[in-house]
Amino acid sequence: MCTAGRCLRSGSAAFFLSKPVDSRVRLASARLLCSASSDIQKDLGEMVKKDKVVVFMKGTPAQPMCGFSNAVVQILRMHGVDHYGAYNVLEDQDLRQGVKDFSNWPTIPQVYFNGEFVGGCDILLQMHQNGDLVEELKKLGITSALLEAEKESK
Amino acid sequence: MAITTEHIREKLTQELAAVHVDVEDTSPNRCAASYKVLIVSPQFEGKPLLQRHRMVNTCLAEELKEIHAFEQKTLTPEQWEKQKSQ
Repeated sequence: MCTAGRCLRSGSAAFFLSKPVDSRVRLASARLLCSASSDIQKDLGEMVKKDKVVVFMKGTPAQPMCGFSNAVVQILRMHGVDHYGAYNVLEDQDLRQGVKDFSNWPTIPQVYFNGEFVGGCDILLQMHQNGDLVEELKKLGITSALLEAEKESK
Repeated sequence: MAITTEHIREKLTQELAAVHVDVEDTSPNRCAASYKVLIVSPQFEGKPLLQRHRMVNTCLAEELKEIHAFEQKTLTPEQWEKQKSQ
């Protein structure tokens, strides 16, 4: 059914079809209108602060889908850090690009401590090897499992 | 722009005054263009890891848009000598 009417904004004559709009379709077109990327940036600002340790990775801690993401998971596990915010960028292309813009960092995985960007797999590995990771975890109020193991062996 | 190990090595050497650069093409191990680099430069002196890596990222900003995976190790000449002697 086609009805003629005046466009409310410009006052020019406009034809529009009246038909029931599916609410899902309405949401989708609304999302196209508002910038999806600025939503992601806002969300990321909150996501990185929600947990003491936050990791943006490919896959999940239970099932990493990339060697570098897996390395981050394993390093954290070695230190006894098993509970952290983990976000799978493979599930969401907006997140995958958004986090790279947010951190100004070109690759995944990305690690955050207390809302602050730490680095990727290379940096976490070096921090683990030179003892800095234990120190940084202590600042977060997390006692590394490796410290516990050291204490027990003495 | 053709990304080759030579191109990467030259760019890093020029822009970061690197005294030593190793560039390894790790693409055969992965599904897309991947590189592993070692950069030794006095410009890294006194800078924390994250800052060093950001310097490299900035230097290779254009290339990284097309590179899928990137590993980097950044050392000062002193750290490099120490590592070699171990």
